[in-house]
Amino acid sequence: MIYADNAATTKMSSRAIETMVSLMKETFGNPSSLYTIGQRAKEVLEQARKDVAEVIGADPREILFTSGGSEADNQAIISAAKIGEKKGKKHIISSAFEHHAVLHTLEKLKKEGYEITLLDVHEDGLVRPEELEAAIREDTCLVTIMYANNEIGTIQPIREIGAICRKHGVLFHTDAVQAIAHVPVNVVDDNIDLLSSSAHKFHGPKGVGFLYAKKGVLLSNLIEGGAQERGKRAGTENVPGIAAMAAALKEAAEHLEENSEKLKKRRDQLIAGLREIPHSALNGDETRRLPGNVNFCFEGIEGESLLLLLDDKGISASSGSACTSGSLDPSHVLLAIGRVHDVAHGSLRLSLGEDVTEEQIHEIIQSVKEVVEYLRSFSPIWRDLMAGKKPFIL
Amino acid sequence: MALYSEKVMDHFRNPRNVGVIENADGVGEVGNAKCGDIMKMYLKIDDDVISDVKFETFGCGSAIASSSMATELIKGKPVSEAMQLTNKAVAEALDGLPDYKMHCSVLAEEAIRSALDDYYKKKAENEIRDLHDR
Ligand SMILES: Cc1ncc(COP(=O)(O)O)c(C=O)c1O
Ligand SMILES: [Zn+2]
Repeated sequence: MIYADNAATTKMSSRAIETMVSLMKETFGNPSSLYTIGQRAKEVLEQARKDVAEVIGADPREILFTSGGSEADNQAIISAAKIGEKKGKKHIISSAFEHHAVLHTLEKLKKEGYEITLLDVHEDGLVRPEELEAAIREDTCLVTIMYANNEIGTIQPIREIGAICRKHGVLFHTDAVQAIAHVPVNVVDDNIDLLSSSAHKFHGPKGVGFLYAKKGVLLSNLIEGGAQERGKRAGTENVPGIAAMAAALKEAAEHLEENSEKLKKRRDQLIAGLREIPHSALNGDETRRLPGNVNFCFEGIEGESLLLLLDDKGISASSGSACTSGSLDPSHVLLAIGRVHDVAHGSLRLSLGEDVTEEQIHEIIQSVKEVVEYLRSFSPIWRDLMAGKKPFIL
Repeated sequence: MALYSEKVMDHFRNPRNVGVIENADGVGEVGNAKCGDIMKMYLKIDDDVISDVKFETFGCGSAIASSSMATELIKGKPVSEAMQLTNKAVAEALDGLPDYKMHCSVLAEEAIRSALDDYYKKKAENEIRDLHDR
């Protein structure tokens, strides 16, 4: 079995599992209770907050625990929108290929009278800082640009974007769900005001994440109730999950550089191997991408059947084809970088785990080659392309 | 729960009647690359009976399985019977398809219908030509 869908979710690390289990067994108290077992849970919670803060260069008071990346995105954007509204600013800038947790929140705000500008991400999947600067207006209250894209892995020029936002006094949020624990992120150096993260993308548990909000950025209450998380998010804290997230994050941060070097090598081997398939193309910039992300389009085939046959060969991957999403349109990310429908349907995302071996890379290359060739052998599109009835796009 | 039934997976993994028929008596192509599924059917017809059928498909697992099953359902059948093939029959023969994949079975029905239309059209043209020749 080769699990190559780490951008979807990751396997929990042993350290994270052990942390979680031992807390569930022994430290089951409510952090709001005053007796010892409650206070012990409170200590664990606050230690996790410190650990998480330290990894991203924040102050522990700037970390709010959430149920994951989607919640953090929602709360960050809604909060910034409310702050803007008070000053009469109702314009938000984002990019065309954000995660739906961001895009759908922006759509909701649009219905409430906000104006949304979505920046072009160009063929390489990168936002241009100068285009961002040109889009900023008097009434811009928020810029929200993802740190790294979940499908094509491109890493945005976050530091520059942050600096521009700061210069113009506009709040800057970044969805760093795919970046945290995979590339170095520092909220101070990167000029970030709000940042979303999710534990299950770095070998932590699902259903846990955090939102960083720079001191002075007032968050709206997402859930009303008790005084947990400074009243911003009521509900008894998921102590085992939060501590497991902190453990996983610390572990990843300790090995970030070595893991990243190793992964990049494997990633580039995989890219080189898949490039040998005729009429294929890498999606997104080749170097400014996540260490484990490979995303290709293969002309003449459809992504879901590719995934199913790879699964038969023991390889788990994903695709941006329409048929895998249940809609008629292929991935908005691939359309945003200018892939036409015909080829966007034939996409494959392989997101490698740190433990991937060189042999496994060769196995993936071999399997993908075989399956693509097989599917092309009875594809009417491929026949027309080969017969010269239609021009190749890739 | 698996995404697809065993039957669908069987027809997807081992599609029946894959390929082309040179000088087919009827050819039909439906769907488009924009929506993500294209099916092409080739028919060989002798005395109004479908003696052979082949398909080519660009599409998802259920599109490939639906094409395969549709060819099985009409092979050896009189043209008049093949005309009656419904997408429901294709889906049922596959032990069902997920709701959002039913369009794949519709496409299979349309592909067969389109190939049969082509057959009738060619047949009519031939008859007219025969009349002229006489
Ligand atoms: C970029 C990005 N943002 C947000 C999310 C949502 O995170 P979660 O599943 O923790 O809600 C994901 C996960 O798919 C993601 O990749
Ligand atoms: Zn389909």
